[in-house]
Amino acid sequence: MRVTVYIKIKPEVLDPQGTAIARALSDLGFAGINKVRQGKIIEIDLDKTNAIKAVSDTESMCERLLANTIIEDYSISIGE
Amino acid sequence: MIVDTVITEDVVSRHGLTQEEYKVIINILGRKPNLNELGIFSVMWSEHCSYKSSKRWLKTLETKASHVIQGPGENAGVIDIGGGIAVVFKIESHNHPSFIDPYQGAATGVGGILRDIFTMGARPIANLNALRFGDPQHSKTRHLLSGVVAGIGGYSNCVGVPTVAGEVNFHPSYNDNILVNTMTVGITTTDRIFYSAAAGPGNPVVYVGAKTGRDGIHGATMASKEFDKNSEDSRPTVQVGDPFTEKLLLEACLELMERECIIAIQDMGAAGLTSASLEMADKGSVGIELDLDRVPVRELRMSTYEIMLSESQERMLMIMRWESVDKAQEIFKKWELDFAIIGSVTETGRLVLKKDGTVQCDIPIRRLVGEAPEYNRPYLPILSPSVIAAADVPAPQFSLGEVLVKLISCPDTASRRWIWEQYDHLVMGCTMIKPGEADSGVIRINDTQRCLAVTVDSTPRYCLADPKIGSAQAVVETWRNIIAVGATPLGVTNNLNFGNPQNPTIMGQMVGCIKGMGEACKALDYPIVSGNVSLYNETNGNAILPTPVVGGVGVIDNCSKIVTSALRNVGDTLLALGQPANRKDGWLGSSLYLREIEGREEGAPPPIDFVAEKQAGNLVRNLIAENTISACHDVSDGGLLVSIAEMALVLKVFGVDIVTPEDILVHAWGFGEDQGRYIVATSSPMKVIEAALSASVPAAVVGVVNKSGMLTLNGEIIITVKELSYQYEKWLPGYMSYKN
Amino acid sequence: MKAAIVIFPGSNRDRDMAVAIRQSFGNYPIIIWHKETEIPKVDLIVIPGGFSYGDHLRSGAISALSPVMRTVEMQARKGVPVLGVCNGFQILTETGILPGILMRNIELKFVCKTIRLKVENSSGIFTAGYTSGQILSLPVAHNDGSYFADNDTLNRLEDRDQVAFRYIRTEGVLFGNPNGSMRDIAGIYNDNKTVLGLMPHPENAIYPFNGKADGQIFFDNLVSSL
Repeated sequence: MRVTVYIKIKPEVLDPQGTAIARALSDLGFAGINKVRQGKIIEIDLDKTNAIKAVSDTESMCERLLANTIIEDYSISIGE
Repeated sequence: MIVDTVITEDVVSRHGLTQEEYKVIINILGRKPNLNELGIFSVMWSEHCSYKSSKRWLKTLETKASHVIQGPGENAGVIDIGGGIAVVFKIESHNHPSFIDPYQGAATGVGGILRDIFTMGARPIANLNALRFGDPQHSKTRHLLSGVVAGIGGYSNCVGVPTVAGEVNFHPSYNDNILVNTMTVGITTTDRIFYSAAAGPGNPVVYVGAKTGRDGIHGATMASKEFDKNSEDSRPTVQVGDPFTEKLLLEACLELMERECIIAIQDMGAAGLTSASLEMADKGSVGIELDLDRVPVRELRMSTYEIMLSESQERMLMIMRWESVDKAQEIFKKWELDFAIIGSVTETGRLVLKKDGTVQCDIPIRRLVGEAPEYNRPYLPILSPSVIAAADVPAPQFSLGEVLVKLISCPDTASRRWIWEQYDHLVMGCTMIKPGEADSGVIRINDTQRCLAVTVDSTPRYCLADPKIGSAQAVVETWRNIIAVGATPLGVTNNLNFGNPQNPTIMGQMVGCIKGMGEACKALDYPIVSGNVSLYNETNGNAILPTPVVGGVGVIDNCSKIVTSALRNVGDTLLALGQPANRKDGWLGSSLYLREIEGREEGAPPPIDFVAEKQAGNLVRNLIAENTISACHDVSDGGLLVSIAEMALVLKVFGVDIVTPEDILVHAWGFGEDQGRYIVATSSPMKVIEAALSASVPAAVVGVVNKSGMLTLNGEIIITVKELSYQYEKWLPGYMSYKN
Repeated sequence: MKAAIVIFPGSNRDRDMAVAIRQSFGNYPIIIWHKETEIPKVDLIVIPGGFSYGDHLRSGAISALSPVMRTVEMQARKGVPVLGVCNGFQILTETGILPGILMRNIELKFVCKTIRLKVENSSGIFTAGYTSGQILSLPVAHNDGSYFADNDTLNRLEDRDQVAFRYIRTEGVLFGNPNGSMRDIAGIYNDNKTVLGLMPHPENAIYPFNGKADGQIFFDNLVSSL
């Protein structure tokens, strides 16, 4: 089972990379860029078939390693 | 199966081989090669691996001296600095890959040169780089510069080797062919140096490091081809670096080297497993048989061709004794690296590759190496252009202050702080002289009082005008850079960057540069111990300026006797050594002044007098050793006034009241680039003058350090150091943030 | 006086630290590999700088899970002084031994330069040799040095005098906050001021040649305060 974890910087935390991307996009001529937030995607191939268990395991992974919840939010999606 | 691919003329030429070269291959094998074999010949006979256009000229270089332990031909050169310490160093180019992907290209360039050093048993203690970019106004320059700098920093900083010196030039000839030359210096003890010659039939061939993927296949051939507009589509051949794995590989190899395990070791750089196994076998006059099913791979279904030609990074090949295998394996397990026995040394003298139970390649090694093509390419000797008399260069339309600002803030001279602050220049804790403080970086050797002085240099505008003088100048400038901090120059590594050698003019540049370099090294007892050649640096027929980069290494026995360029004491007298006191003009041909102020890139470059260079160099070194001078800086781009200004710009505190002879041509006296000169600061000017007199070195008093923070010339204010500093520091950060 | 240095795959300022400690303590520290679970009785545990695990995921995040860090945590709780420099600071925050986190530098570039620091308080063992308000010059060399914590945590750190060092903001090229740290924080203490994390590198300023050796003073001070 494929689990995807999306991690992004919390809205209240300054994200200099997001700001830099926004500026670069504007420089390239893309108009109307209000805000960019960036983060990371982690794909995990899990040896499990029970979706509920997979989500709870992945949550535990996020809390213990994948995300630092002082500055990051995470969300989990399940699927191929 | 790939082996069955029919070898047509087209297949041969796509491998960068000529029909004549192909005929030699058939003769060596006694049959037609299969595709694996063709691929192997192709990379081994590429310009990058075989030096086929440059070899006959490289042989003329001075490479021997009593302190040289290993000259060219190994992974790096080795010199003995006394006290049982050996210094291992080399420079290498990663030009084409860095143009295609600046971050990864530059990063893997650093990775490759680091491996060349620790393969020989040395711990890398300093990195340097020589970079050339196109016109700052060219649309790609910013992107390339920021990517290359980030890539060099990203890799060196993570591995933990300080980047202590370097140089950066901009010129339109590099618009589509940037140059990224990286140099590493390492140290070991004279009794612990490792070589690449395989030995002992039956001994295991061991693969360690990262897994093999499909990256960089045919990188060596790519580095030997001219660019065309399709080059940027060849991105998949750029290797991706992993400095973390490199750091582990470095520690694991050095740990293993402390035991008596390794017979031979070679890193897998350009042409990967192919060149590593062939070079090790050839040097040891043995054969090697590999079972490619045992090579650790990262991707599924990799063919023999792909495994042999992959340029995946952070890998090493070793020959060891069977009884050492367990111990070695344990060390590599501790560092979480792959370790695999993939074959053995044989007596056959052949490279035999097996995969899926069949022999997929069988090549006689000595003949592949020995019969590699070597060309005596036609060349046009380059004649030195006519000399431009100083009197024929008109006085500037600007004030002296304006000229100085233009010269100190032009792209080739402005402060590189924006760059070197992204390099960790302090890690390892031994950096005695940081970037921006002196002509060389200086690093202390732990647990000793000794230091190494390291520098890189090339002045391509001189080389274009007169290759022989230009490349000799590059050598003497590194020599002066090393002397200027108080060190004794000991050896050189060179990186010869040129365009297409099949063009007789380019070939003439290369021949001239090698001749000049050879003469200079011979005259200064300054042997070349390692190097690299990068050809075909041209796009659509536009070649780069001839750029022979010289990396120099020197030693200082007492770390308390080092000087920087910084003016520290008010009242110190500045003297120009090598400068006749009554000289009223200076050499403006091919100078920075002529280019930046007059817009002219012409005229013969300043000549070099090796005898005078040695006299001045020895004098300066003695003065530093006797603690007679408090600061020293060699005179190069921009002449006397730019050099004096640069000395004031280190600390940005004190100024200089500059004095000149009467009736001078100010712009020629101030900005002429005559060679063989140093500016020194001293509280005992008479002592310096007397020493100069007895050493037959001309000397001229050129100023006194003041506390007002002004630069004045014969009493008239030129500019404040504060304003000059602002201009000097502003250009590069401003440029990189799109402000200019 | 004995120190131990904990090293991880990718640590790269361990030798610098060992040399600096030897210079002041008179003996070479014990080196502890990260897989070990025991640390001999020492007066100081140091987590050095570097790129442990290549800074992958987040700086210090993977090292924080190494077995040795459980032992460091336990020893810290018992009051054994712990010093984390640069990557060591990042590892200490990722383990939760120190609050907050070190984020990517605000200019998104690695920064290596000498900066000026103010000693915020001299009540902890690592700053006891200084006077409050004293100014030091030390180098920084990092990619992720921008200290972040929520306002409550920052207020608490200040209320309890846990801010050990701050960057000094002045105009000009050479000085200032090099990474965008909140409230200019360069180094912080734990609750009882026995654990210090800081981004600057005292271990790279130990030779008096060519500038002040404020780093040497840092380690010399430890000899009397530990």
